[in-house]
Amino acid sequence: MAGREEAKKLGLADYEYDEIVKTLGRMPNHLELGMYSVMWSEHCSYKNSKPVLKRFPTSGPRVLQGPGENAGIVDIGDNLAVVMKIESHNHPSAVEPYQGAATGVGGIIRDIFTMGARPVALLDSLRFGNLDDPRVKYLFGGVVSGIADYGNCMGIPTVGGEVYFDDSYRDNPLVNAMCVGIIRRDRIVRGKAAGVGNSVMLVGSATGRDGMHGASFASEELSEDSVAKRPSVQVGDPFTEKLLLEACLELLKNEWVIGVQDLGAAGLTSASCETAARAGSGIELDVCLVPRREENMTPYEVMISESQERMLVIVEKGHEEEVKKIFEKWDLNAVKIGTVTADGMLRVKENGTIVAEVPAKSLADGAPSIKRESRKPSYLENIDLDLSSIKIPADLNSVLLKLMSLPNIASKAWVYQQYDYSVRTDTVVSPGSDAAVLRIKGTKKGIALTTDGNGYYCFLDPYEGGKQVVAEAARNLVVSGAKPLAITDCLNFGNPEKPEVYYQFEKCVNGMAEAASFLNTPVISGNVSFYNETKDRAIYPTPVVGMVGLLEDVEKRCTMEFKKDGDIVVLLGENTEELGGSLYLKEIIGVPGGRPPRVNLDMEKKVQDCCLKAIELGFVHSAHDVSEGGLAAAIAESCIAGNIGFSGEIETEVRPDAVLFGEAQARIILSLPEENLSLLQQIARELGVKITVLGFVKCGNFRLEVKSKGYNVRKLDIPVDKLALGWRNAIKWKVES
Amino acid sequence: MINARIHVRFKSGVLDPQGTAVKGALKQLGFENVVDVRVGKLIEVKLNVEDEKDAKDEIKSMCEKLLANPVIEDYSFELSV
Amino acid sequence: MKCAVIMFPGSNCDIDCYHVLSEVMGQPTEYVFHKEKFSPGDFDLIVLPGGFSYGDYLRAGAIARFSPAMDSVLKAAEAGRLIIGICNGFQILLEAKLLPGAMKVNKDLKFHCHDVFLRVDNVETPFTGLYKKGEVIRLPIAHGAGNYYADAQTIEKLEAENRIVFRYCDRSGNVSDAANPNGSVKNIAGIINKQGNILGMMPHPERASEDILGSVDGKRLFKSILRCIEGRTTIYGR
Repeated sequence: MAGREEAKKLGLADYEYDEIVKTLGRMPNHLELGMYSVMWSEHCSYKNSKPVLKRFPTSGPRVLQGPGENAGIVDIGDNLAVVMKIESHNHPSAVEPYQGAATGVGGIIRDIFTMGARPVALLDSLRFGNLDDPRVKYLFGGVVSGIADYGNCMGIPTVGGEVYFDDSYRDNPLVNAMCVGIIRRDRIVRGKAAGVGNSVMLVGSATGRDGMHGASFASEELSEDSVAKRPSVQVGDPFTEKLLLEACLELLKNEWVIGVQDLGAAGLTSASCETAARAGSGIELDVCLVPRREENMTPYEVMISESQERMLVIVEKGHEEEVKKIFEKWDLNAVKIGTVTADGMLRVKENGTIVAEVPAKSLADGAPSIKRESRKPSYLENIDLDLSSIKIPADLNSVLLKLMSLPNIASKAWVYQQYDYSVRTDTVVSPGSDAAVLRIKGTKKGIALTTDGNGYYCFLDPYEGGKQVVAEAARNLVVSGAKPLAITDCLNFGNPEKPEVYYQFEKCVNGMAEAASFLNTPVISGNVSFYNETKDRAIYPTPVVGMVGLLEDVEKRCTMEFKKDGDIVVLLGENTEELGGSLYLKEIIGVPGGRPPRVNLDMEKKVQDCCLKAIELGFVHSAHDVSEGGLAAAIAESCIAGNIGFSGEIETEVRPDAVLFGEAQARIILSLPEENLSLLQQIARELGVKITVLGFVKCGNFRLEVKSKGYNVRKLDIPVDKLALGWRNAIKWKVES
Repeated sequence: MINARIHVRFKSGVLDPQGTAVKGALKQLGFENVVDVRVGKLIEVKLNVEDEKDAKDEIKSMCEKLLANPVIEDYSFELSV
Repeated sequence: MKCAVIMFPGSNCDIDCYHVLSEVMGQPTEYVFHKEKFSPGDFDLIVLPGGFSYGDYLRAGAIARFSPAMDSVLKAAEAGRLIIGICNGFQILLEAKLLPGAMKVNKDLKFHCHDVFLRVDNVETPFTGLYKKGEVIRLPIAHGAGNYYADAQTIEKLEAENRIVFRYCDRSGNVSDAANPNGSVKNIAGIINKQGNILGMMPHPERASEDILGSVDGKRLFKSILRCIEGRTTIYGR
């Protein structure tokens, strides 16, 4: 029997141990306690976040599957649906960047094809410290090649994502991987172990001792010992996973397949108790039947091993041989290890002798949830900045040049060109634009995909920051011509036991939930990653949103680059005096902080509706959202991407640097033939959207004149080549120096 | 049982991209004495064979057939019981 | 034109090649699983697609060449059937010694995914008849081991026999170091065998065969093959 002391060592609190004893009506044994400790870790149980996550809108007319399954599903018509999920692999990547990132990708891909969907795209949202730090360079390089090697080998294009650098992520990088699949509506498979007497089979790789207690590892802060915990990191085998993918998709066409579940965190323990719990049934299995890669493994090791590339498959009794035949074709194991029972228990045997027996439901869903204490951090009390004390630099040309070569604004080509983004021949808008667009063969449709997050804004104002993340993701889809449909989210925060961190978490979720409701983009799947801190240094609160949008006609997709000399360039939305939280203030002026831009959801929705309508009418040549670096950076990006200049002027009441570099939300830049301007103005008027002519696409330099009331006229005039040079090479230069 | 340790490396004269990169890194770390670096593969094979000569023949055949590509690679091996 | 796309374990451009041959070109196309065999007469064109056969775990293409389907490919090659290896397929052809030389990892050790410009140096092949000699085309590459190597003698022979079909170049057709993405000797991107029925190339024509993908330069390769096969069928048919 295992007592309180052992429970503590495994990371279980006293009240959790008491709950286990109460549930079982006796003390647990060593194996049972081990299973509880992994399942009741934050990573598997969401015990710290559940009550807060309830605030998200999770349903809608298009939602076919909300949170609680391997992945969420949203209807896109034509009997097709999009399956998607994002997940963190932060801790493993901090310790072993290559394998940590690779297995993160492997895990999220399995979540998609377990539902029966063919994975069609990957996106990765990455955050690191400052690239001047040699260890950061090592982490950055390792993570990128880990993602590349896994995704490329699988033949799933990595079409988008983000890369962001800030000191707050120095020791605790964030690696969030998202996978998107397409499925026929009538072929959706769920992770259920239903039907008493049906067979429980384990397919894929053999089991070894890798990744023991990975789930618990992800649920504590990183420390010096973390490096010594390296064995906790699994090694990925994308080749086997590719075979597993093909075999599973072949298998899942059969109606006698009852359910499938990926073996991820907490391995066989979680897959068996979760499938049983979802169906309200039990599972009895024998660890001796599990194919192994190492000798003398104990039941404990078999049950919690996190060896990769394995799946649990539940099939109607009598079809075991057919399963084996399919997996043999792909040179993979498929072994019956147990059966579905009626009594709700997860019963583990070793050669026929019972070695663990616990209610599956208590293991899967029974972790007592905790409403943590929440306290507003003191730094938020004096966040406001006095703008009048900030002098506008004399040379704004060099400000823009510097901004464009900041790694956070500069081109991420160094990263995405290591990813195969064109395999499957569906990528019709490649990485580097606001969102990726994929065609769906056999239909006229397309889907647009993006991930977004701004931890800096969330740090400065968790509630507004939470709203902003959702708004910006939706905006990125809209400028691509897509109607936003649904969200998958990855919530990366510090230690939730600290009231200040919990406050950030709650407020971010509140903001996200409000924006998601307002913009009709329900949250259909997601992941929470706590304990992202080291030596009392927490990361910025960093919720990341993955969003999918639908284009009814993929030929109407839009991209950001200016295309035609003479096109008129207009701004939808309003310039404001907001400079707080901008990269300009932080990196150029050297004044971090300030209140980040507010998100007026009503205006946001109107601006997005206006943009979408204009794109659908077919006269918009380019659309680009205004984000970090402000209006000037956004116009410059459209120039660089189109390899063409711009000439314009702005008359305004707002101070010149705020107009140029402020990051006010709900703004989109469009270029279109001048003769269509009146039509656009009419649409904008009907929707109540402010529209301003900024200038014209013009061969030659990037030229912009700002006439602010009460200020001297300020001029930007830079050759596009010169802007492009730093923008194209900034990351490469940093990495290779 | 005989254990074979097989080394596969680029032939001399064939540019080794990994070796070149490692050499650059070592120099940057201050290892000034480094003249050349070659990166190869170590493959360990366990053979259910008693006779050393048989083992040698079999390993040689493996190398030529699959483990090394004679266009760019050389191989060598040692056996131990 | 009857086409086969070989599926090795780890192939991942098989569906793309199938899509182009069957949907875009409208030709009867079949997948051939690596464990299957076929007769030389079964197909006019055999495609060895890109991907990571056997994970590229030992060397790219090294293990795939021992599969049963490759025996049939060898026989078809001898019988003069048209065979094209794209990316990993090219690597397999090299390992199978159907083409000379070998592939190393890219000189910067990184995977490269982007468009490249290629100069078409030989248009007198069944695969390139619809290109103009010296024409610059644009195709995507996506590989980690496309650094073609052959000893000086082999290269000399390839050049003398006009067997270098594609070379990496810049927008204006200059074959330079700067335009070489992976370190290949002489900027080689694609070569053909002496008999002229086996082409290996690293760039992906199947990813540039539809307007929606931004380039149709790759489609002319498939059209060239079709023209060649149909022309031959007509002649033989008489």
